[in-house]
Amino acid sequence: MGIEAAIPAQGFLTTSLQKLINWSRRSALWPMPFATACCGIELMATASSRYDLARFGMERMSFSPRQADVLIVAGRVGIKMMPVLQRIYQQMTEPRWVISMGACASTGGVFDTYATVQGIDQFIPVDVYVPGCPPRPEMLLEGIRAIRRHIDQEGLPPTGGKRVPLSIAIEPTHEVAPQPTIGVTVGAT
Amino acid sequence: MATASKPNLDHPTFAILKEAFPAITLRGTEYRGQSTLIVEPQDLHKVMTFLKNDPRCDYNFLSDVVGIDYLGYPAPTIGRFAVVYNLCSYERDDRFFVKVFLDPSIPTDGIEEDPALYVDSVCDLWPGAEWTEREVFDMYGIRFRNHPDLRRILTWKEFPAHPLRKDYPLRGRGERETYRVIDRTDA
Repeated sequence: MGIEAAIPAQGFLTTSLQKLINWSRRSALWPMPFATACCGIELMATASSRYDLARFGMERMSFSPRQADVLIVAGRVGIKMMPVLQRIYQQMTEPRWVISMGACASTGGVFDTYATVQGIDQFIPVDVYVPGCPPRPEMLLEGIRAIRRHIDQEGLPPTGGKRVPLSIAIEPTHEVAPQPTIGVTVGAT
Repeated sequence: MATASKPNLDHPTFAILKEAFPAITLRGTEYRGQSTLIVEPQDLHKVMTFLKNDPRCDYNFLSDVVGIDYLGYPAPTIGRFAVVYNLCSYERDDRFFVKVFLDPSIPTDGIEEDPALYVDSVCDLWPGAEWTEREVFDMYGIRFRNHPDLRRILTWKEFPAHPLRKDYPLRGRGERETYRVIDRTDA
């Protein structure tokens, strides 16, 4: 939705500065992709023309964490990767948000082994958990929209203080298609 | 356990090795057309040198070096650990496996250096063995003499175990839980 729709014929409008800042902030959340596994493929699909991340002002993947607002951790993370992930998080400037995309980043997923981190929220703050293995692009967009709603409602995180991670878990938004049950045979009859 | 059929030791490399090394213990086995030579650890390097340089063998490519832990194996084995060298000859279109068995002399739950778990590195013959031997060292704690750079390759430097040993628990001993936690005030 563009701002033009809100401007009346006279060509000006009144608003509070806070709302304007929030609007501009949420309309250009630059993502920092941290794609380590198949969730990264869905992340790329989200940026493609079909799902069009550019609608949210996010088409510019910021490969420099210093210019990024949203860290999207897509995929499993080993302990050996944690110094890199934490460094990237520390290099991001406030306000910053973290999306844990997919089962592996959120819980370790099926990789219940000695070196895989069982949820990145053990070691870095996570704001939004997007479930799925991997999540569909619609789910990731839903997670991004949750951050946008939060910015619209809350505004800036308090300065100086320790902002508690949002801990938003996204619910599935799509209906699962019914599985075919008639006319399917498995093996020899 | 089903009775194993007698291995078919007709790979020509067996006869060549038997003729070239009459004094040392060589054992052979075969499974589905893949022949494996079992050598004693002290004989490994000279046998490998021969396999690479002899024109009748000419195994000029080392595809892989892997470790095996036979703890709890259902059949009796010669030793607890094995290192398998997967040799390949591009010139003769041939494949051959060389296996070394090792028995640990100290408990295997730590990372202390075990003088019994040592084999000679083949990096001087096939430079590509460097990383695969590092992987075997990382995962099993088997060390390679004369290796140019024997460090861990997959796990991190301070990792307190050799994780592919069968007496190491799948979920580890807390390595994945112990790491520093950062919060929003860190920048």
